[in-house]
Amino acid sequence: MILIHCPYCDEKRPEIEFANAGQAHVARPLDPSSQSDEEWEAYLFIRANPRGRHHERWRHVHGCGRFFNAVRDTVTDKFETTYKAGEPRR
Amino acid sequence: MSGYRLENGGRIDRNRPVEFRFDGHSYQGFAGDTLASALLANGVSLFGRSFKYHRPRGIMAAGSEEPNALISVDRGAGRFTPNLRATSVEIHAGLNAFSQNRWPSLKRDFGAINDRLGMFFPAGFYNKTFMWPRSFWEKLYEPAIRKMAGLGDAPTQEDPDIYASTYAHCDLLIVGAGPAGIDAALEAMGSNKRIILIDEQDELGGGALADPALWPWLERSRKALTDASNVTILTRTTAFGYYHDNFIGAVQRLTDHMPDNSDSPREKLWRVRAGEVVLAQGAIERPLVFDGNDTPGVMLSSAAKVFANRYGAAVGKSVALMTAHDSGWHDVFALAKAGVGIKAIIDVRTEVSSALLDEANRLGINVHLNHSVTGVNGRHRVTSIQICNNDDYLGARIDCDTLLMAGGWTPSVHLWSHSKGSLAWRDEIGAYVPDQPNENVRCVGACSGGWDFGSGVIVDMLPTPKDQSRIKAFVDFQNDVTAKDIKLAVREGFRSIEHIKRYTTNGMATDQGKTSNLNGLQIASTALAKPVTDIGLTSFRPPYTPQTFGALAGHAKGALFQPTRTTNIDGWAAENGAVFELVAQWRRARYFPKMGEDMHAAVNRECVAVRSSVGIFDASTLGKIEVVGPDAAEFLNRMYTNPWKALEPGRCRYGLLLKEDGFITDDGVSARLAPDRFHLTTTTGGAARVLNMMEDYLQTEWPDLDVWLTSTTEQYAVIALQGPNARKLLEPLVEGIDLSADAFPHMAIREGTICGIPTRLFRVSFTGELGFEINVPTAYGRAVWEQLMAEGAKFDITPYGTEAMHVLRAEKGFIIVGQDTDGTITPFDAGLDWAVGKKKPDFVGKRSMARPDIVAPGRKQLVGLLTDDPNVVLEEGAQIVADPRQPIPMTMIGHVTSSYWSETLGRSIAFALVAGGHEMMGGTLHIPMPGKTHEAKVSGMVFYDAEGARLHV
Repeated sequence: MILIHCPYCDEKRPEIEFANAGQAHVARPLDPSSQSDEEWEAYLFIRANPRGRHHERWRHVHGCGRFFNAVRDTVTDKFETTYKAGEPRR
Repeated sequence: MSGYRLENGGRIDRNRPVEFRFDGHSYQGFAGDTLASALLANGVSLFGRSFKYHRPRGIMAAGSEEPNALISVDRGAGRFTPNLRATSVEIHAGLNAFSQNRWPSLKRDFGAINDRLGMFFPAGFYNKTFMWPRSFWEKLYEPAIRKMAGLGDAPTQEDPDIYASTYAHCDLLIVGAGPAGIDAALEAMGSNKRIILIDEQDELGGGALADPALWPWLERSRKALTDASNVTILTRTTAFGYYHDNFIGAVQRLTDHMPDNSDSPREKLWRVRAGEVVLAQGAIERPLVFDGNDTPGVMLSSAAKVFANRYGAAVGKSVALMTAHDSGWHDVFALAKAGVGIKAIIDVRTEVSSALLDEANRLGINVHLNHSVTGVNGRHRVTSIQICNNDDYLGARIDCDTLLMAGGWTPSVHLWSHSKGSLAWRDEIGAYVPDQPNENVRCVGACSGGWDFGSGVIVDMLPTPKDQSRIKAFVDFQNDVTAKDIKLAVREGFRSIEHIKRYTTNGMATDQGKTSNLNGLQIASTALAKPVTDIGLTSFRPPYTPQTFGALAGHAKGALFQPTRTTNIDGWAAENGAVFELVAQWRRARYFPKMGEDMHAAVNRECVAVRSSVGIFDASTLGKIEVVGPDAAEFLNRMYTNPWKALEPGRCRYGLLLKEDGFITDDGVSARLAPDRFHLTTTTGGAARVLNMMEDYLQTEWPDLDVWLTSTTEQYAVIALQGPNARKLLEPLVEGIDLSADAFPHMAIREGTICGIPTRLFRVSFTGELGFEINVPTAYGRAVWEQLMAEGAKFDITPYGTEAMHVLRAEKGFIIVGQDTDGTITPFDAGLDWAVGKKKPDFVGKRSMARPDIVAPGRKQLVGLLTDDPNVVLEEGAQIVADPRQPIPMTMIGHVTSSYWSETLGRSIAFALVAGGHEMMGGTLHIPMPGKTHEAKVSGMVFYDAEGARLHV
C-alpha cells in the first residue's frame, strides 16, 4: 500500500485515504460554448497514457478533502512529488 | 535407536508424549515434533499422492518449502484446512490429519493408473486433448479432471473461527530469525529503534535449530531479544507479501498448534509499515534431477539433518547421499554422528576436498566420486538405488532405504522480488541473488547468496545412460513437472521461461517454485542452448506460502463485511415488521406487510392509502448538502442545468445535474433558505459522488467562488408525509408555519417547529399527492415519526416503503436516476428538457448537449409503455424489438427500465429506453419474455393526474 504525501496536510498517509481523480492540468475551458467540436472532444475525452511520469490529480478524500496534483511513475507506481492545486506543473 | 526415533538429541520434549491421528491411525510423537518428524520417527514414508500422476510421495524437505507432503487437518465442523505442509504442522493431542488426492486409500490409490499411462500425459496434455467437443468440457472433462488431479478438498462449511488483524509500525522489520536475522536484531537492539522480528517457525533459530553447537548462542540471543523492550518477536508468523513503501503482510498462527483452540482467534493478520526491512529468509536446498527422484525416501540432505538434530528422528536406517555440493557431505557427517546409518556418498564431481574424503574415511562411509544415481527401486519406499560412473556408465546397485540429494542452494529471494528489487545472476552458485533494492531494504545471510558450507557444481540433470524420453525425473514435485516436460515445451517452440512456466506449470501455484525454479531454468537453458540469463526469470508472487481466506478477511465478514447504514427510524420499522432492502449501504424499509400479505398485496395497499388518505415514509437516506456563501447561487447556477439565481428564499426547485459529457448523473429538490444558503438534496446513492464532484469544481475550476459545502445527510431525519390528508394531520403538530395553500405553496420551504422540534419543512411531492417532507435533527426522527403515527391514526395513516414509493413516482412519470437512466442519457433523452435553462451561457454539461452524437437522431429516449394486456407486468431489463418475426439474433432497440402493477390505475405501467422513442408515440413495440412475446403501446410517462390537480391543493 503506497504512502502519499498530502501537500495540504504535509503528511505521508496510506493510499486508502486518497482517491485518484484523473489526469492533472486539464483545465476546463473558460468559455465552453466557443469551443469547436474537436476542441471540446479533446478536453472531454483525450487523455495521456504515459509509460513513466504521469501528472495526475488526487483527492485526500478521507483526510482534509483537498484536491492536489501529483507526479507518479506508472511503471514503478512511485510518487515523485505532490503539489497544491494551482501551482505550476512540475 | 528404537524404530526411527534416535536415542538422544533433538529439541523435542521426550517427557511429553503426544497422541495424534493420521489417516485414521493413532501415532505417538513428542511435544516439539512436526507431523512430518513424528511420522518419520514412526517409520512412515508415504505421505501423499502427487498432483497429476498420483505417484506415491514422501517427505522431501523439513520446512515450508515442502512440495510433496501436503495434508489436511480436520478440527471439527467448518474447521477443515487442506494443503498444509506436514513439515509445518506442529503436533498436539487430538490432531487429526489426513493425506490427500487419493482414493480409496493412500496405499491403494485408483488414480495411480495415471502414472502407468504417464507417457500419454505430457505437458499441455489437457489443452491438447480435451478440445472437442466443446460442450463436453463443462459436464465431463472438467469435473473428471478436477476429481483426479488436485490438492486437498476445499472446505464446504462456513468457517466458525475468529480471525484478528492489526496494523503495526516499526523502524526495523527483520524477516527470518535464523543466525543472520538474529544477528541483525542483536546489532540494532541497542539503538532506540522499534524492531519487529518475524519468523514462520515455532521458535527462533532457523538453520541454527539443526546445529546443536549453536544452541547455547541461540539461547543467549533469544533471552537478550526477549528482554529488550524495543524488540517485538513474532514466531509462527509468515511474512507472505512485500508491498509498496515497505508495507509487509504477515499472518501469525495463534492457536492451530494447541489442543483446545476454538475460543481464541485462530490467526492474526499483521499489516506492518517498516522504516527499514532486513530480509534474512535463508536459502533452500535444490533437489537433483534424476529418474525416480520423487520416490518416498528420497529427500533433501539438509532436511535429513534437521530431522535428526532438531527432532531426534532418523529419516532412515540405511542412508545414501547423492550430492553435487559440499554441504551434502557435512549433512551426512552430522547424521552419522547422530547415530543414523550412512551407506554411501555418491558425488557427481570428480574431485572433492581431501578434508571431506578424510572425514568420510574416518566415519567408514563408502565414497563414489564421478558417479550419479540413475534409478531408484521401491514404490512406497526406497529399497535400493542404481548408480553409474559418469564416464563409462558402469554401474552398481546399493541397498538403502533413504536417498539424500544435495544439489546446491537457492537464495530465497521471494520477498525481495515482491518488493521489485532487481536480481543478479551468480554463475558460481548457479542462482539469482539480490542486486539493486527498490525499497529501503537489504538482504543478509544466505538469502543474499552468502553461505559458509562449501562449494559445489550446478548440474541441470544427472548424467544417465537411460533413454531420456522414458524416465521420470521430477523438477516441480508439487505440480508433477518432469525434465521431459520442459524439454518438450522447448521443442514445441516455447522460448521464454514465462511461457514454459505456463505451459508446463513449473513453479506455479502454492509452491511458487521454491525447490523447482532454478532446476527448471537450468534444464530450459540447456535445451535452448542459451545462457540462463537470456531466457528470463519468472515472477515470484505473494503469498510466499498459502494463507487462509479467514486471515485476510479478518472481521470483515457476515454483518461486518461492510457497514450497514441505518436511519433513526430504522428501529421502528424493524419492530413493525418491515421487510428491508439495501440501497447503497443504507438499510431501507421496502414494504410493511400485514398478517398474511405478500409483497404485491402490501404494496398495493400502501399505494392506495397514499392516494386516498395519507402515507408516511422514511426518506432520511436522501443525500443532503448545505451550500453556504455569498456565491452559493452562482455556484449552483454553474453546476445545475436550471437557473438558480432568481429562486426566492423560501422556494424549492428540482435540480438536474449533468456530468461534463452532458449525461444525467443526479437530481433532487433543493431549497433556498436565505440569499446565501441552500439546502440541497441528492439521490440516496449519489450523495458522496455529488459532493465530490461539487468540491472538485469548487476547488479546482472556480476557486474564486466563496462557497462552502457541507454534507448534512446524517444531520437530518426526513419524514415524507404524502396524501390528501397530509395537511390536516400536520396542522395541529406544527408551530410557526402557516400551512395554508396560499401561504405555503407546492415547492416551498418553511422553518418552524413540529412537536416542539425545530424543522425545515418542505412542501414537495414524489408521489403526486399533497405532500410534505419533514426535516428534523436526526436524533428526533423516531420521536416525531411516532407522534405522527399516533396523530395519524384517525386518518388510518399507513407507513409505506421504497417499493410503494417507486410505484407512486412511476404513476406520475418521475424518473429515478440510475434506474431509468444509465449514464448515457441526456436531459432531452429523458424528456427533461424543461429543466434546462436555455438562456444560461454555461453550466456543467451544457456544451456537450451540442455534441454531434448527442444531437444525432436515433438516440435512446425514455418513454412510457402500456402493455396491450393490462395484466401483464413486463420484466425490468426486458429487451424491446420492433419486429418479433425477424430472424434471431434480433435487433434490440431498447429495454424496459421500470415496470410495476399500478393498483390505482388497475393495470401495469412501465418506462423504457427506446431508440427514437419520442417519435413513436402510440406505436406498438414487442417485448420478448420467457414463454411469450408481449405487445405494448408507446405512451407519455405521466400515467396519473397529468394536470397536477392533486398537488396544488
